[in-house]
Amino acid sequence: MWGYEKRLQYPVNIKKPDARAAKVILTQYGGPDGELGASLRYLSQRFAMPNARVAGLLTDIGTEELAHLEIIGAIVAQLTRHLSTDEIIRQGFDAYFVDHTVGIYPASAAGVPFTAAYLQSKGDPITDLIEDMGAEQKARTTYDNILKLVDDPDIIDPIRFLRQREIVHFQRFGERVQSRWNECGAADKKMKRYKSF
Amino acid sequence: MNNGYTNRNSAMSRKELWDAIGSVSFAMDELRLFLDTHPDCAEALSLFSEYSNARHELLVRYTQTFGPLDSYTPGTENGWTWNCGPMPWSTEVMD
Repeated sequence: MWGYEKRLQYPVNIKKPDARAAKVILTQYGGPDGELGASLRYLSQRFAMPNARVAGLLTDIGTEELAHLEIIGAIVAQLTRHLSTDEIIRQGFDAYFVDHTVGIYPASAAGVPFTAAYLQSKGDPITDLIEDMGAEQKARTTYDNILKLVDDPDIIDPIRFLRQREIVHFQRFGERVQSRWNECGAADKKMKRYKSF
Repeated sequence: MNNGYTNRNSAMSRKELWDAIGSVSFAMDELRLFLDTHPDCAEALSLFSEYSNARHELLVRYTQTFGPLDSYTPGTENGWTWNCGPMPWSTEVMD
């Protein structure tokens, strides 16, 4: 069960519409390394985690990713407010506009609709946690790329926040993997076979 | 308690309360993940407890004066206002 708080995890106050920026940032809503994939990945993987501490970590990070999905939606919504038809065409937003007007639709920057093929839930704790570490780095790279493409401080500020969160999540997943390996090594010394993590 | 997030002696403006709730909540978001992998860290446990108390007080004060933020504690004194007012992606929230 989830509750809802009527606030963003990090504030978004964009004053200048920019459909070109909206188009690239939308990829973190429904693109290959976006927040929707991240939340579904962690919230799905946790059911197969026998260790409650790991399942709890996945729940907490997956929940935060939902808050990040909301931040990206807020950024794109604010960037596409009050656009003239001329601006929509000039800023390359016409292909998106014809299908979705300025509604928020989970797709990549190239317009590919969101697909569950962007994520994996393998049922093996080490396999899934290593995927999660890679996923955090891919999302971090995507935010780095976005930061190369935008220059409005109102956009840069929340994007930097989201980029930092990817690094923290990577760190936390890494700590879980490390502690599992340490326990695994201790068990090996006792000639005990482990059945699961 | 003097953690910079609450000031019992002065009326905080809506913006000050809103910012304080955002700050203390984020501090808790960060500590929650840290404690998930460092459950025995006494310093983090103590900070989490301190921020939790501060956040509760701020949420109660905000809700009483400016309306609901949390879906489980929206308050019913002024009728059903949970789904009134600007949504968080609207820049009207703090204008």
